[in-house]
Amino acid sequence: MSGPSRSSAPDALLLRTSINGDAVQLAIEPHHTLLEVLRYQLDLIGSKQGCDKGDCGACTVQIDGKPALACLTLAAHAEGREVSTVEGLGDAHGGCHPLQDAFDRHDAAQCGFCTPGILLSAEALLRDRARPVSRQEVREALAGNLCRCTGYTKILDAVVDASEVMHGTDAPSARPTSKEEAAQ
Amino acid sequence: MSENEDIPVGEDGGQPHTQVGGVHRKVDAMERMRGVTRYTDDLKLPRMLHAKIKRSPHPHAKILSIDASAALAMPGVHAVITGKDLPEPYGIIPWTPDETALCVEKALHVGDGIACVAADDEDTANEALEKIVVEYEVLEPLFDPEQALEARDNPINPYSLKGNLSKKVLLEFGDVDATLEQSDLVVEADYFFEGTTHAAIEPHCALAHVEANGILTVWSATQVSHYLHRELAKVLGLPANRIRVIQPPLGGAFGGKSEPFDLEFCVAKLAVMTGRPVKLLYTREEVFYSHRGRHPMKMKYRTGFTKDGKITGVDAKTVLDGGAYSSFGLVTTYYSGQLLCAPYGFDAYRFHSKRAYTNKPACGPKRGHGSVQPRFAIECQIDKAAEVLGLDPIDMRLHNDIGADSETVNGFKVGSNGFSECLRRVRSSSVWDSKRKELPYGRGIGVAGSTYISGTNYPIYPNDMPQAAVQITLDRSGRARIFSGANDIGQGSNTMLAVIAGNELGLPLDDIRVLSADTDLCPVDLGAYSSRITLMVGNACVEAAQKLRRLVCEAVGKRWEIPRKRVTLAQGQAIDREDPERNVTLAEAFVWAESDNGLLAATGSYNTPKDRHGDYRGGTIGASPAYSFTAHVAEVEVDPMTGVVDVKTIWVAHDCGRALSRKIVEGQMEGSAYMGFAEAIMEQHVVDPGHNGVHPGPSLLDYRIPTFLDTPELEALIVESPDAQGPYGAKEAGEGPLHPSIPAIANAIYDAVGVRMDSLPFTPPRVLAGLQARAEQERTAESPPHKPDTNGARRIA
Repeated sequence: MSGPSRSSAPDALLLRTSINGDAVQLAIEPHHTLLEVLRYQLDLIGSKQGCDKGDCGACTVQIDGKPALACLTLAAHAEGREVSTVEGLGDAHGGCHPLQDAFDRHDAAQCGFCTPGILLSAEALLRDRARPVSRQEVREALAGNLCRCTGYTKILDAVVDASEVMHGTDAPSARPTSKEEAAQ
Repeated sequence: MSENEDIPVGEDGGQPHTQVGGVHRKVDAMERMRGVTRYTDDLKLPRMLHAKIKRSPHPHAKILSIDASAALAMPGVHAVITGKDLPEPYGIIPWTPDETALCVEKALHVGDGIACVAADDEDTANEALEKIVVEYEVLEPLFDPEQALEARDNPINPYSLKGNLSKKVLLEFGDVDATLEQSDLVVEADYFFEGTTHAAIEPHCALAHVEANGILTVWSATQVSHYLHRELAKVLGLPANRIRVIQPPLGGAFGGKSEPFDLEFCVAKLAVMTGRPVKLLYTREEVFYSHRGRHPMKMKYRTGFTKDGKITGVDAKTVLDGGAYSSFGLVTTYYSGQLLCAPYGFDAYRFHSKRAYTNKPACGPKRGHGSVQPRFAIECQIDKAAEVLGLDPIDMRLHNDIGADSETVNGFKVGSNGFSECLRRVRSSSVWDSKRKELPYGRGIGVAGSTYISGTNYPIYPNDMPQAAVQITLDRSGRARIFSGANDIGQGSNTMLAVIAGNELGLPLDDIRVLSADTDLCPVDLGAYSSRITLMVGNACVEAAQKLRRLVCEAVGKRWEIPRKRVTLAQGQAIDREDPERNVTLAEAFVWAESDNGLLAATGSYNTPKDRHGDYRGGTIGASPAYSFTAHVAEVEVDPMTGVVDVKTIWVAHDCGRALSRKIVEGQMEGSAYMGFAEAIMEQHVVDPGHNGVHPGPSLLDYRIPTFLDTPELEALIVESPDAQGPYGAKEAGEGPLHPSIPAIANAIYDAVGVRMDSLPFTPPRVLAGLQARAEQERTAESPPHKPDTNGARRIA
């Protein structure tokens, strides 16, 4: 969809939910997805539509802390739950979550269209593990988020780096670009 | 940021490289990661309408009538247009205008646009599409390019001048037949490269609005705003100065957004008709049918070699499956032959390429336009020759390197060339020499090389104007604004421009604003295609920034009573190079310079050298100011029981001339290698002739682009052989590094299990069939056992 679909007011539901910590009450169409409500009723445009059928992960948000595909989730499902989107990711970190900073340092976002969804999936992983993560853990956790630009390498670098920043081993460091250069 | 302990002062009269060659945070990345960047579908205007396109269910059909009255009568429907409302034919290549915004007489593939509705919302628009009645006369579809070329009584494209022949190129250099005759070895084989598509995660989207002053503004997810501007003017019959095209931040393109599409013309026309803003977003299915992706190619190659592995000559015959429209096909047909003549030098070459129309979504340019397919063929040919001749495949490639400052057999001038260095880097990083000897049956390692252009010497429409231009202004707050028509499609061209201007003016990137791809505000740039932006727009940016640097240094020198060349600009300051304690902020320096000169603004432009191509018809097509070079080594594991190929690692060495921003260059190399891997192992963009020419899986799930788990380790190894034509020596990095992935994987599969993969993609059934054929050859002693020293390996019976 490219905008709100036709309103048929008599069917409207009252949705009471929390979005990025703010209590939200609004009338929604029962058939509207969470992605439609976020993007077109609330102007939270950070959640992207790449396929509208759960294939690409660009619409990934969190519901009660767990990654969810907003394009496959009815908005009504958010009733009484806590929804987190990329717009709120930095809220507890002075506006910039360590993942966002690591993505920026590693040039892990090329076109950036998949990035909000990837950040939400990655944040859930780092919160769940609460320790530095391995590249393979990141691969498995992010397998539902497609990226067409990066070949995933810089994203892996950034997520592992952010986990180290947050959970303590080292100062931010970039992975050497090759074994050859590491040996030098 | 690249920051040194001491303030660098640079050479006399020159600038220290405080930015070039460093690692940078992209100028526009953080806003994307905070979710506030407005891509095209994120734009919303008051009273905006939503449009949808009705598409043909038939692959080939005459349109007898269209009745839109029931749709128009629906509440909430504002307008319906058909092909007759936009009948002017257009084409991205001015010589082949063979498509219309919507079909006028005939639908040429499933998904071809028939009519477009503007309504209050998408649900209403979709409902209205159902009420449009189209009467078709179904025609016989042609899906096979060779059959289409034979079918003289069934021409597909009504604008075609030669039936289903879209383009033919036959060029010969040297005496190929005699050369092959005299060669010690001639390798002959047929190759098939399957079509693939771009699959950018952002679907195409466009929004149009006629402003109160009468200017038609079109926002589009395009990578060629200038060409879109021209074609909109032509098709809508409006003067170009009444149209403004803006490319908002783009969610990936890869060549898939490099020409106008039906949606841009439709929203523009509907906005003019309704007086209201109109937006159209493709569904993912529509993205697949709009396509313009990699051409399927059937390639017949004969390649001659001397005993010591020198390539003597190449004879190539290629049939390109073009789909329903020309798109860039004229160029693709040339590129299928013209870009093969480096990195290896040889003296005799003939290529004969024919592009056919078929009843499929049109093919066009995808990353590595036209040259990825022949590269697959030639690199497999070389691998086969190396085996017969008992040579190491890397040594053989080193032996054939055409070298720097050389001329190809088809007359292109090569400047810098880091190909041999690329080969040496992948050899050492992959530990090639020992793996090549020691990997057991089922595991293998393969190599391939390639070259690519850094832009084309001639623009798409002939003209003598610059190919790139940049305007920079400085203001008294100590800030630079760069205006550039270049399309940043995620490759980082806005950051590249900021790095160059920052380098020349001593500014941190935070103090540089880049305004790009808005035809009202920016000088013309031709767009993001053929890997032209870093070299061309980069050169223009250097020129503009250096003009301003001169003015600023002059003004500072005047006040300090020292020569201009003693003043350097670095880290936000103007500095006396001989007495670095004496310095002033750039904001102050800009005030001095503006006081002396008036507004600080400068333009820079770039045009290509016109003496670096062949002197024959077509000799300019494929010629570039500078060529990049790449070598890949791929390591694979093949399961002999299932035919599953697991690509473990791809080492990517790429000569980009000079890496202006290292991580951005690495990202281009990694993304390219990934995309090549995907084409080798997984992706096929096809239609099903058994089901009326529909795409068998027009979704990201069914088409299957690689996930985090599918993608191999990618090791990017930057090689820098600066080219005199590039800014600071820079050449391209965004397309070249795709090419060798595919043949390197094919050659690695052969090393692993002794099976030649000459058809793409290397799916388990194809690999399994190859394993069975090999087992049969070994049984009849036609082939020796492959890697017989591996004990206990599972082998197919």
